[in-house]
Amino acid sequence: MIEVKNIKKGFGDKLVLKDVSVVMQAGKCNLIIGASGSGKTVLMKCLVGLFVPDSGQILYNGEDFNALNEEDKKEIRKQIGMLFQGSALFDSLTVEQNIMFPLNMFTNDNYPTKLKRVNEVLERVNLKDVNKKFPAELSGGMKKRVGIARAIVLNPKYLFCDEPNSGLDPQTSLVIDKLIKEITTEYNITTIVNTHDMNSVMEIGDHIMYMHQGIKEWEGNNKEIIFSKNELLNEFIFASEFLKDAKDMRMLEQTGKIDNDRNMDELLKE
Amino acid sequence: MTLFTEFGRYLLMIKGMFSKPENGKMYWKELMHQCSEIGIGSLGIVVIISFFMGAVSALQTAYQLVSPVIPKSTIAQIVRDTVILEFAPTLVCIVLAGVVGSKIASELGNMRVSEQIDALEIMGINTKTYLVLPKIGAALITIPMLVILSAALGIWGGRLAGVLSGILSPTEYDKGLLGNFQQYNVFFALVKAYTFAFIISSIPAYYGYYVTGGSLEIGRASTKAVVVSCVAILFADYVLAALLLQ
Repeated sequence: MIEVKNIKKGFGDKLVLKDVSVVMQAGKCNLIIGASGSGKTVLMKCLVGLFVPDSGQILYNGEDFNALNEEDKKEIRKQIGMLFQGSALFDSLTVEQNIMFPLNMFTNDNYPTKLKRVNEVLERVNLKDVNKKFPAELSGGMKKRVGIARAIVLNPKYLFCDEPNSGLDPQTSLVIDKLIKEITTEYNITTIVNTHDMNSVMEIGDHIMYMHQGIKEWEGNNKEIIFSKNELLNEFIFASEFLKDAKDMRMLEQTGKIDNDRNMDELLKE
Repeated sequence: MTLFTEFGRYLLMIKGMFSKPENGKMYWKELMHQCSEIGIGSLGIVVIISFFMGAVSALQTAYQLVSPVIPKSTIAQIVRDTVILEFAPTLVCIVLAGVVGSKIASELGNMRVSEQIDALEIMGINTKTYLVLPKIGAALITIPMLVILSAALGIWGGRLAGVLSGILSPTEYDKGLLGNFQQYNVFFALVKAYTFAFIISSIPAYYGYYVTGGSLEIGRASTKAVVVSCVAILFADYVLAALLLQ
């Protein structure tokens, strides 16, 4: 479990995170959503230790990450896998070498054992015959899947995904979402996804946190989000007429009524 | 950012490089890879400039030595000493600052911008140790070797040019090479080579490692790295000459 307690982070005069607190639920897909500039990427970078918060705590199973010494931080980092927005694959290495890199660095396994593990994770992300290809030879979706394979090759406890669907077509986005959800369940990983893709919110959002201008504006799950009365959240999520209609349809399915003016408690009571 | 802030951050990067490697084998592999990139990769240009530097040096020295009382073997002595003292270490290192420095800065800058450095950090790897230290280590190993090679080729180039143009005979050139040879000059050249090797690798690594933005900034960082490295080489050249050639 990752617990964020009152973290603040600023750059110069601009305070990007303003006293954010949240508990990332273990073994579930935790989504951080928000408009560009809302602070979700800064929050994620604070969580993985790329940024040090100005104040507050980030607790990994009760241990304050920023209070640990470098060696202990390294131990926690070994339990973290991350999928980057641009995949961040090493250009000069093949797919096989990219995925094998963490194994080479942190295990003393022999080559056949490492290769077996590489092939296992490649199979898990549904990729075949790409071992000897370089990242430049792969499509965007394939790069993301290789990124996921590299992130899970050391069996991490925590998986961070920064905008996993950016630059992908809707169909490939669904495949990536499904994969993230399956891996979270299968490996019992605590997954934190930073996204503004509404399909992801509805499909994999076990726990959702909406950020607006550096503060946590709303928290819930993909069922509750339909009934939320938070205006800022509704403006962000159901921005288009199409999405508003989709929301009404989902409400109709779940409650038999379309009523945007009633809150969730009232609807559930009925 | 002020000069002092940049210098402080540069020193912190150097300090941050010294940590226990996560896996010695991987670091050794990276060091050997960098030796190949920096050493073998720069061999061609070093061979070409060294040969012509010696050849031109011989011809220009002969052109200036018009007095009949000065023996022709003096040309070889002057070529030998200028090549060893200045041309091989300084000129070659300024060229290498362009070749190697821009490569280091753009490689690290690209890794920074495409989040590859962040990916390594999150894996728990000290990126300063893994990415910067092998580059500096490889430069310290290979650049002095290139400087020695350059000095040898420069002297040979001077001999070839002198003989082919009929300025002096091979015997006169060889006699001049062996006369008044100061071993200290070689020591001085190597001190310069090690100092410049550190400058050529660490300054571009600093500019590449801390680049922010996109491809335009990578280009700017690369250019700045080369310019600052060249100025630092010339400054260090003066300081070393003032300190060691008294």
